[in-house]
Amino acid sequence: MVIRDLGIISARYTGGDSQQPSPIVNLSRRAFVGGSGLFVLGVTLAGCSSYVEPEIDADAFKLGDPGQSPLTEVKGGDATPALWIAIERDGTVKITCHRSEMGQQVWTSMAQIVADELEAEWDKVRIVQAEGHERYGDQNTDGSRSVRFNFHRLRVAGAAMRHMLVAAAALYWKLPADQCEAKAGLVSNSANGETLSYGNLAELAGRLAIPAEAEIKLKAPEQWRYIREEIPSLTVPCIVTGDSTYGIDVKRPGMVHAVVARPPQLFGRVGSIDDSKARAVPGVLQIVRLPDARPPALFQPLGGVAVVARDTWAAIEGRRALEIAWQAGPNAGYDSESYAEQLRATARRGGKVRRSRGDVDAALGSASKRITAEYYAPHLSQSPMEPPSATAEWDGDRLECWACVQDPQGTRETLAEALGIDKANIKVTPTWLGGAFGRKSKPDFVVEAALIAREMGKPVKVTWTREDDVRHGYYHSVSAQYCEAGLDESGKCTAWLHRTVFPPISSTFDDAVTEPSDGEMSMGATDMPFATPNLRIESGNARGHVRIGWLRSVANVYHAFAVQSFAAELAHAAGRDQKDYLLELIGPPRKIDPTAEGATYGNYGGDLGEYPVDTGRLRQVVEKAADMAKWGRKLPRGRGLGIAAHRSFLSYVATVVEVAVGADGTLTIPGVWLAVDAGTVINPRHVRAQMEGGTIYGLSNALYGAITAKDGAVVQDNFPSWRLMRMGEAPRDFQVAIIGSDAPPGGVGEPPTPPAAPALANAIFAATGQRLRTLPLIGADGSKLILPTRQNA
Amino acid sequence: MAISLKINGKSRTVDAAAGTPLLWVLRDHLGLTGTKFGCGAAQCGACTVHVDGDPVRACVTPHDSLDGAEITTIEGVSGPAADAIRKAWVDNDVPQCGYCQSGQIMSATALLRDNPAPDDAAIDEAMSGNLCRCATYMSIRRAIREAAAKL
Repeated sequence: MVIRDLGIISARYTGGDSQQPSPIVNLSRRAFVGGSGLFVLGVTLAGCSSYVEPEIDADAFKLGDPGQSPLTEVKGGDATPALWIAIERDGTVKITCHRSEMGQQVWTSMAQIVADELEAEWDKVRIVQAEGHERYGDQNTDGSRSVRFNFHRLRVAGAAMRHMLVAAAALYWKLPADQCEAKAGLVSNSANGETLSYGNLAELAGRLAIPAEAEIKLKAPEQWRYIREEIPSLTVPCIVTGDSTYGIDVKRPGMVHAVVARPPQLFGRVGSIDDSKARAVPGVLQIVRLPDARPPALFQPLGGVAVVARDTWAAIEGRRALEIAWQAGPNAGYDSESYAEQLRATARRGGKVRRSRGDVDAALGSASKRITAEYYAPHLSQSPMEPPSATAEWDGDRLECWACVQDPQGTRETLAEALGIDKANIKVTPTWLGGAFGRKSKPDFVVEAALIAREMGKPVKVTWTREDDVRHGYYHSVSAQYCEAGLDESGKCTAWLHRTVFPPISSTFDDAVTEPSDGEMSMGATDMPFATPNLRIESGNARGHVRIGWLRSVANVYHAFAVQSFAAELAHAAGRDQKDYLLELIGPPRKIDPTAEGATYGNYGGDLGEYPVDTGRLRQVVEKAADMAKWGRKLPRGRGLGIAAHRSFLSYVATVVEVAVGADGTLTIPGVWLAVDAGTVINPRHVRAQMEGGTIYGLSNALYGAITAKDGAVVQDNFPSWRLMRMGEAPRDFQVAIIGSDAPPGGVGEPPTPPAAPALANAIFAATGQRLRTLPLIGADGSKLILPTRQNA
Repeated sequence: MAISLKINGKSRTVDAAAGTPLLWVLRDHLGLTGTKFGCGAAQCGACTVHVDGDPVRACVTPHDSLDGAEITTIEGVSGPAADAIRKAWVDNDVPQCGYCQSGQIMSATALLRDNPAPDDAAIDEAMSGNLCRCATYMSIRRAIREAAAKL
């Protein structure tokens, strides 16, 4: 059932989360705000129309001290019910969502988990967005892990609350608890058929002891009512009327608006400035210098000059009128063309061995055929449709911020350090995020708002224009990769060498670091699932010259592009079908431990026992996607199918892309077929949406996306030069299959992206015989594929 | 200079600098934040509103060029086409983050008003000015077809 009364929710954003930390007694106080009168609830049950539910007077019960919560340290974190659930007199169930809602439908999925175990009625559920606070545990909404991290503890929280409601009813009826049953917002009495509603029981329940985890009975999967079901979104009914509050929509009394002129190059500075024309622009109120940024970049603002005005347009016009001579700083020599050549050259040289099996050099030496290929992928911008925006307000020495941030706790800590105040005096409440894709895990824009607000002494909203977002981002890393393989006489792969070179994300946090981290190598390089007897994974170093940051699927994107393209190249060299050869490379179903072959492998923070690298599951999605696409069917000239499969964020995705390439290079995508195994799925709608969206995100970047630098400054500025896929270019058909699984939940938001680009490139090869190894395939200005006249390998 | 604009059927007086785009008048002066900023260059469609029923990019339309015009935003759009589109959007859970969807709904509503039975080519043409980085394009196509079928 769709909740239409969501005005309450959007109204709550700007007020933030007023919920107090734990003691359960607070739950009952909250639960009965304005509700201690003795009116009688008219709950009428079918078949017993004379029954009128009695009003429970919780004060009539003499209860002992409920004691401390025994649920503060369950797997995943604090599961104390009061942290997550408040039940009001009228039966409204308020569920706190501590993760940021950015389109992955985390409000709905978190509510499904809690409400299911609680046995709440879905149409009574409301969401409260949590502020950034340690009491919630991890709130950093990245890494596709909101469900994975919270599935168990939110089930426990919901079930504990259900136990307490049952215990309260049992106390009232003077029955053993096992003769009372909770269902759909009511507790029923098996002795006489009477019922008590959750709203009526909440105050008494809130005074009872919280059960220990061992005393809590979680529902069996076959009893789930919301988990695994296609529950409609809690956010969509607001969105369709425009009743939604994103970071850019925050309103505060007396608020003024700012945009910032930032140095074109990282660590550039203001040389000289003439702001007289800017001050003359109607509506401009103030010009504020921001402190220069110094290495390392961290999450600090980039410096420059803020223009504060009565509306955003006046601020933009004021910025246009600023006359600033910039000092370029240490990155002025960064040029993407020459840098690409450096990366490629590094990739051709031996690098640091990150995982090794057998003897690759000997096997290459004795191979009957040696294949080499080089792949290149440029910087990308996350480009959420809502650019970064934050509102900050100083109240004496207290700071309050509302912003579209993925990590409100990290934002709070960054603010405390940047402003030199105790984080106890800072409150950060996430709004909805108008997309994020990793950009909004970096709170530099919130620090800008706070610095300007402190200067102005009134609430300030900072808005990034699209040009700001494209030119001053935390970019997906640029990469060059070298692959070499040996085939025996039968075409079987006997040796696989993969060398990857890219400036690491760590360079953003320590500018001396040039070596790819274990975490980045774990994303599609050292977790290589192929069974080839000789295997070596290497990395090469590269220096960062722009801020490097996370983008949906991170290093998996370029690694999967190289690995899955190269797999198809080997199939071609061996004269084999691409899908059959991929399955042969993956080898028999087994569990892989990269650490046994020298890798430092983090497995996305998941235990390898609980979340193994399971080639059986990878094979299964390959076979399923191929079946869906009717792999092997005869296609007309200029059409081709390509397949790619990749495990990331503990989930498995295989994608088949069909392309049609005209004689002039015109490309269309008639279909995409995708199979995903993400373990236990909370809501299949969310999974399908992420699979479609994440795939098109990958296709868009592969076809059109490139952020390049010249003289240290980013060349692109807005959607004409930084190009995204449009509806007319999107696949004509898109089919998703979700593999049924009882495995623990894996990630969903990021795993569809990595296979998209190689499946596309493999399809283009199948259609044209041309192997494309450099991204983007079309670019910002083109309308067609530029196909080389000869293959170069 | 204060001027009067007719927005969602009501007359509103605004005092913004000459040439200020309608988008910022709606958002910063009138508090109508359902209309979104995405690019400021008429490239993404997030700011789409209706002016005398036609879809217009508010980010490049000076508010002071709209004297006497009927301006409709996501907060005020109504009628059979808008109702059908909203219902199809909800039934299909079209939005992900939702940020671009005000503009998508305004473009889709204008499409169905002009062409109650659009084919896929007409849908693509009408909607290709509206970017969605979440890439809800497949759902948007489905929902427009469904809304058209029920109109």
